[in-house]
Amino acid sequence: MTRKPAIDTTKGSRVEMTEKFHRNEEQNKPDRPELPGSSATGFISPPYLSRNASVRRVMVQVLAALLPGIVVYAALIGPAIVLQLSIASVTALLAEAAMLKLRGRALFPFLTDGSALVTAWLIALTFPPIAPWWLTVIGVLMAIVITKHLYGGLGQNPFNPAMAGFAACLVSFPALMSQWPSVTAPAHFIDQAAAIFGGARSLDALTSATPLDALKTALRLAGPGATVSAALADTNIYGYVAGRAWEWVAAAYLLGGLWLAGRKIIRWHAPAGFLSGLALISAACWLSDPERFASPLFHVFSGGALLGAFFIVTDPVSGCISGKGKFIFGFSAGILAYIIRVFGGYPDGVAFAVLILNLCAPLIDALTRPPIFGMKKK
Amino acid sequence: MIFRAKIREIFSNGLWKQNSSLVQTLGLCPLLAVTTNIVNGAMLSLATILVAGLASFSVSGLRRLIPREIRIPIFIMIAATLVTLIDQCMASFFSGIHNVLGIFIPLIITNCIVLARIEAFAAKNGPLLSFLDGVSTGAGMLWTLVLLGGMRELLGNGTLFSGIESVLPAFSEFRILPESWPGFLLFTLPPGAFILLAFMIAGKNWLAARHAGQAPSQNSANC
Repeated sequence: MTRKPAIDTTKGSRVEMTEKFHRNEEQNKPDRPELPGSSATGFISPPYLSRNASVRRVMVQVLAALLPGIVVYAALIGPAIVLQLSIASVTALLAEAAMLKLRGRALFPFLTDGSALVTAWLIALTFPPIAPWWLTVIGVLMAIVITKHLYGGLGQNPFNPAMAGFAACLVSFPALMSQWPSVTAPAHFIDQAAAIFGGARSLDALTSATPLDALKTALRLAGPGATVSAALADTNIYGYVAGRAWEWVAAAYLLGGLWLAGRKIIRWHAPAGFLSGLALISAACWLSDPERFASPLFHVFSGGALLGAFFIVTDPVSGCISGKGKFIFGFSAGILAYIIRVFGGYPDGVAFAVLILNLCAPLIDALTRPPIFGMKKK
Repeated sequence: MIFRAKIREIFSNGLWKQNSSLVQTLGLCPLLAVTTNIVNGAMLSLATILVAGLASFSVSGLRRLIPREIRIPIFIMIAATLVTLIDQCMASFFSGIHNVLGIFIPLIITNCIVLARIEAFAAKNGPLLSFLDGVSTGAGMLWTLVLLGGMRELLGNGTLFSGIESVLPAFSEFRILPESWPGFLLFTLPPGAFILLAFMIAGKNWLAARHAGQAPSQNSANC
């Protein structure tokens, strides 16, 4: 507020009333500094039964739940992910601080609430680990500055910041976003670090396609005779159920996600909806023609499906509020992710599916509003 | 003296206070489509300057003869004649840029900027002032589209003035960012134009608010 309206009681005009109203609204914004221990009701959907559900506690547990996935990732894909996580975290905190300063908000409560770190970690985990450092920085800036703060900060953003940052970079830099490290001969940490910080990007020896991409290319290139079973026989790329090494990372995300659900940090509806939607449509296609479509198990353990199901679709800000709404949100995202992944031009569809469903969330919320306690459903 | 003050007001409105892109947000469709570089944006704006200036001039001269009840079809016919004329001229003199701009030159007629200036100004004022009003509105569009096109071209392609050789054969594009710049494709696509336009509107409101020392006023979007 730059202007302070003169209080004139004789002319209690409408303009003044609206201005007062707006000032109050300003103060009631959910990202106002919360008192220690108070529940952030603008951020966490009902039922508000558990105590101490502050943003910080939630975010710290989400970060902890990502740790098993990160450890497996670093062990099997390459330790460069740790570098990416640090780049993303530092950028996110700096961007968050700069935007809070510009918006005239208190720095300390927001910088330490961990929400920027969750966004940063999700971006680092969805980007290729050998992406150049500036790509990660651009992704984080798109997420924190444009998707989060320009829409009003924590609790106000209509889109999932991490997914918007990912989509912006995937659309803008498709070549760099599809250079993934090879899993058969994981490059040395020094080589991966050089790919991140060095200028030279002649990485053909270092890179390979993701399992999803490889399957799609194999089916398209080999023409009408191509079968899924023949493509999946390539043990350089595929493991037991999905991508070699990647399936274990996905399993670790599943573990962390189940822990979160067990602690009631996230509710089960959105992940269950997402995974059942994805499994249902992939099973339908698989049963109709198992040689053209991969199995549901392959799809659930491939790409960003499990990370998305437990850490992205469950975003309390850009998702739905009621349990039914969350389930519908997740279910539709799962179906859409499969359609984009299998029939679309991009290797994975989770990010775009989530962004499209973010747009639908207000409508789903309006249609699934639960009846007032004690009232009958009409 | 009064005449001079009026001219100054016309230009300050067209270029800044009532800027067609930043304040009235008119003509967003060509703005999103052609500002992928400076040259396209500038050439479309120059065509709009000519159409808006000449159409306002003609309508203003004929304003006492035009029946009020059917004025809009007559305005559109006058403006459409001028648009066709300029479209044909560009096709013969700048065929390269004419091919790039394509449908957006004939579409100047459906652009609300031209009709809005005729209806709001030319139908009530003399020919000279109306001409200047049309030109100043187009000039406001010119600097906005050049700035927006420049930012999009720089981020998306790393160059400035690409395609200038089809207008001024003696010149060629400037490469600002190194050849290895992969190109921030988002800014070449329409969403990038929306994002940058929003930043320009925010910047304009901020400057206006700082100048007036009060809260920025609300814009209404249409077209």
